[in-house]
Amino acid sequence: MGGGSSPCASCKLLRRRCAKDCIFAPYFPPDDPHKFAIVHKVFGASNVSKMLQELPVHQRGDAVSSLVYEANARMRDPVYGCVGAISYLQNQVSQLQMQLAVAQAEILCIQMQQEQPPAAMVGLPPPPQDEKSSLLLATNNFNSLQQCLGFASTSTSVMQDPLKRESLWT
Amino acid sequence: MNSGRCAACKHLRRRCLSDCIFSPYFPPNNPRRFAYVHKIYGASNVGKILKDLPVSRRAEAADSLYYEAYCRIKDPVYGCVGLITILHQQIYNAQWQLDRIQAEIAALSTTTDHRSQSEVQQVENVGSSFLPDQNGVHDSNSFYDISNWFD
Repeated sequence: MGGGSSPCASCKLLRRRCAKDCIFAPYFPPDDPHKFAIVHKVFGASNVSKMLQELPVHQRGDAVSSLVYEANARMRDPVYGCVGAISYLQNQVSQLQMQLAVAQAEILCIQMQQEQPPAAMVGLPPPPQDEKSSLLLATNNFNSLQQCLGFASTSTSVMQDPLKRESLWT
Repeated sequence: MNSGRCAACKHLRRRCLSDCIFSPYFPPNNPRRFAYVHKIYGASNVGKILKDLPVSRRAEAADSLYYEAYCRIKDPVYGCVGLITILHQQIYNAQWQLDRIQAEIAALSTTTDHRSQSEVQQVENVGSSFLPDQNGVHDSNSFYDISNWFD
């Protein structure tokens, strides 16, 4: 260590001289040794160095942040790492999309009901000539909502094997 | 040369022992799988991660390491964290849409209730016009022609 400047966290951990052009120094300051320790444990200093060297300088900060995130996830969950979080989030997206579909069907039903003639709304005995059409309309509304609810309630759970690669690879 | 080597030992150009930690999870017919994992994590780190896990969990761990390595090679800046960000955004958007639609449903339902109540009131008014007054006389002026309701 020369010049009195403190070595970066990487060079401290690796016990080497921190050169002026050290690739780690901008991203692993000496006051946060844990950050590099965790990245080194999961990826290895050599691999991190290679990855950073292959990137333009303006993207290296983001790359380091994402590597730290992944390393932390892997330490918390050695089996699934980030893939566990991805699986959970995909499941949430699917559930919300189902809820959206149900809500959209419901709003359609309400709108259709509002367009019906008043007799069908207040339960007056329907006139003979339109009895069938009123009942058919009400039945259709009910069926479309029922279909949506039936779809929502009988669909298989999306909490599948988190390593279902077909869905994760897109 | 041992032709029965796993993909890892083939890549590392070494003898594949019977207790090789990699061989159950990196078969020789898929060399890319180990190549990706080795590029991002290094063989030594992968071996340590697998050894620290019970045997029953190692296959899933190898799969997730491969997936993350693949994402990192596809996107060297964000890796699979990019996908997590996209999913968070999708959740936010879907929740926002859902909240909006549910508010609309609530508003429409309120409108429907008010209309139903006013129609019930109309029907009651109509109905009452068919009832004779206290003298037993129908008021023909309040007769309400409902035949045009069904046009």
